[in-house]
Amino acid sequence: MPETVSVKSAGVHRDRFAQLTVCIAAFLVCAAFVWILSDLVRGGMAHLSWNFLFDAPRDAGRAGGIGPILVSTVLVLLVALTVALPLGWMTAALLAEYVSADGTFGSAARYSLQMLAAVPSIVFGLFGNAFFSIYLGMGFSILSGGLTLACMLLPILVSTGEAGLRAVPDAYRLSAAALGMSRKATLLHLLLPAAAPSLAAGLLLGIGRAIAETAALLFTSGYVDRMPGSLLDSGRTLAIHIFDLSMNVSGGDASAHASALVLITALLLINIAAIRLTAGWQRRKIVSE
Amino acid sequence: MIWSRHNISSPSASADARMLWLLRGAAGTATALVLLIFLFLLVESWPALRHISIGRFLIDPSWNPGESMYKLTPMLSGTLYAAGGALLLATPLGIASALFIAYYASPRSASIYTRVVELLAGIPSVVYGFWGLTTLVPLINQLHPPGASLLAGILVLTLMILPTIALTAHAALFSVPPDYLRSAAALGISRWGMIRGVALPAAKTGIAAGIILAAGRAIGETMAVLMVTGNVVQHAASLFDPIRTLAANIALEMPYATGDHRAALFVSGLTLMLLVMMLWSLAAPLGRNRDA
Amino acid sequence: MKIISAIHYMIFTAVLLSGSGWSQPVNAASQKLVLTGASTIAPLATEIGRRFESQHSGTRIDVQTGGSARGINDARNGTADIGMVSRPLKPQEQDLQAHTIAWDGVGIILHASNPVAALSRQQIADIYTGKIDNWKTVGGRDAPIAVVNKAEGRSTLELFLAYFQLKNSDIRPHVIIGDNAQGIKTVVGNPNAVGYVSIGAAEYEAGHGVPIKLLPLDGIAATVANVRNGTFPLSRPLNLVTRAPPEGLSREFIDFTRSKQVYDLVEAQYFVPVSVR
Repeated sequence: MPETVSVKSAGVHRDRFAQLTVCIAAFLVCAAFVWILSDLVRGGMAHLSWNFLFDAPRDAGRAGGIGPILVSTVLVLLVALTVALPLGWMTAALLAEYVSADGTFGSAARYSLQMLAAVPSIVFGLFGNAFFSIYLGMGFSILSGGLTLACMLLPILVSTGEAGLRAVPDAYRLSAAALGMSRKATLLHLLLPAAAPSLAAGLLLGIGRAIAETAALLFTSGYVDRMPGSLLDSGRTLAIHIFDLSMNVSGGDASAHASALVLITALLLINIAAIRLTAGWQRRKIVSE
Repeated sequence: MIWSRHNISSPSASADARMLWLLRGAAGTATALVLLIFLFLLVESWPALRHISIGRFLIDPSWNPGESMYKLTPMLSGTLYAAGGALLLATPLGIASALFIAYYASPRSASIYTRVVELLAGIPSVVYGFWGLTTLVPLINQLHPPGASLLAGILVLTLMILPTIALTAHAALFSVPPDYLRSAAALGISRWGMIRGVALPAAKTGIAAGIILAAGRAIGETMAVLMVTGNVVQHAASLFDPIRTLAANIALEMPYATGDHRAALFVSGLTLMLLVMMLWSLAAPLGRNRDA
Repeated sequence: MKIISAIHYMIFTAVLLSGSGWSQPVNAASQKLVLTGASTIAPLATEIGRRFESQHSGTRIDVQTGGSARGINDARNGTADIGMVSRPLKPQEQDLQAHTIAWDGVGIILHASNPVAALSRQQIADIYTGKIDNWKTVGGRDAPIAVVNKAEGRSTLELFLAYFQLKNSDIRPHVIIGDNAQGIKTVVGNPNAVGYVSIGAAEYEAGHGVPIKLLPLDGIAATVANVRNGTFPLSRPLNLVTRAPPEGLSREFIDFTRSKQVYDLVEAQYFVPVSVR
């Protein structure tokens, strides 16, 4: 009898110890998060104002705002999404609905997309510089930056899209076939809308990744901090602006802090939107069912 | 679920066939992309591979492209040290985070903590780098100069890959059949006993896949590492020595490089891509096992 | 809904494409100059470009940072209209035309709290090659020296090496930096560091309360004034280079950068305007 008691108390001790360790780890992570965030807020809050958001940078970014940089960021993002969305979702539709998962094409496509997802962003930057900027002659431009980003976003959009389409119950497809709907109509009017939450989640994930990207854009969209006149102009995105201010401009720390704060706020809003969106869709789905 | 006012029940074989070709075209483009990237890296690094024998990337006395010396091994070791160190720190922290969310926290604190981890995952690498440069490096410098060091790189990378490990580990733990846990609880096994004996073994492959994913990210990370590691090309003898990683080398010298130097940087890129692909082919079978 | 969104998508794409297509002819009608090269000159060229644009409507000056090597290369193969090179042209670069727009120096910087007030040429060379590794040896406190060096391809590095007759592979650095600001930031963060940067950038920072100090070189104080009167030994021209004698807009812009109208901009960056010297 005493033996079991001691084993049990040892177990209780181990249990306590494990709980303590796990909680300390969680606390450490939270502390690091708060540390980073409070540093950024403390450094950037004073510099932040409406004028900062809309003004053009002056004195190499030490003074003025980030207006043109926000415009460039949005343009690069739009180019990337315009190209990557149709390509990604069409690929997802083909992989999920038309080819068997174990078929030659299906597995080859999945293999190469997974490889693409693993490629480091700096390698995308090298590729974009060699292919879009030099080989296709787009130079340092928003266009070549956006296209490079599109390559990066493709795997995310395909995998979330495919997962969403596969999660649509087969009953939908069977009912559509029984009603005599064409496969095209089934896909466009039934399956894609049903997979919308997943598609939207993938889209927001992609946007988040795109506006945070630096390394891939360094050699493609360039450094010019001016209001872009066309897609063939070079444009500096927010992430590159932060990099340039902190590494290349003496006395640029306050602006860099403020820009980082803007970037993180934008990402935060996208994150919240993603959560709201998926929650809203789920509610509507339940109601309609 | 009727989303359109248009007539949706108009079967047309030719429309279907057109659609299929369109989809095939898109998927073909997406599939060919990785080959295109590979091809361009090869074409661009070709001058260096032709002028400089592969052996010289290993045995040249140093990396001084200005003096035609192209030794890559110190940067390879720098990359591996930084990624390895970050994995050593981030793996226990990440798994502990997942356990905290799954088994220890109240539903409310679990959801708050999940949000914190997701936000950490969303912070751009350049912001991590900026924070490391202005906060971490001066702190380490007080401990042991020069501050910009392997240690700073490891710490920043740890923060960056921790969310990947935590979120994938949580997903893997979440997919452990609840029956397992209930049976364990019914047997009167303690919580830690249940986690160690049942949950972790069942989620093993998923967690491992997440760790390999994180390793890939750590090896390929550029900006944050570039900003905090000091970028000296050398084999690090201690945690406080500055290092340069392959990715940082590309970002640092690419804007200035011409001719063979530029081609040698593409060789760095190629090496990096092969390294990450090798890791990925390790992770892929793990992912398949989990699905099966 | 998909159809509606598809229509939206098409409209949106059309707008985007026409946007770029529409502004292209405008761009062709208006004139655009692309400058690439030295990061020391880039901030100045950007400011001058902005003033030039405001006086010449319909023009656009795009400045991309890189290094002097990049400026030479891009000007040579035509990627850029004008290259920026922060050093004199080398003998093998005489195929290009150089137009000096300002003067700058390269100065050794220390943290303001470092008691060392001067270093001889030999001492600096020894510190950079690792023969002296403690400040005590040169009359400072007992602390290891952190050597800050520049990355490959920067003209500041080339000038420094040439002046001290060193080879880059002999240097034993503790930190390698890219641009001037990073060097200044590194020295500010480490009281035992020594680095060399553009005097313009260093005086700008020191003037804004940043704790760094410039060391005299061969007994001559590293100040903009001494660069101006030509006594500072390690000074350099900031050049714009072109493949052929400049014509049209390039010529207009280069003349503008050398004119009195931009002296205030040059001085705001702590460089020395051309004709003053």
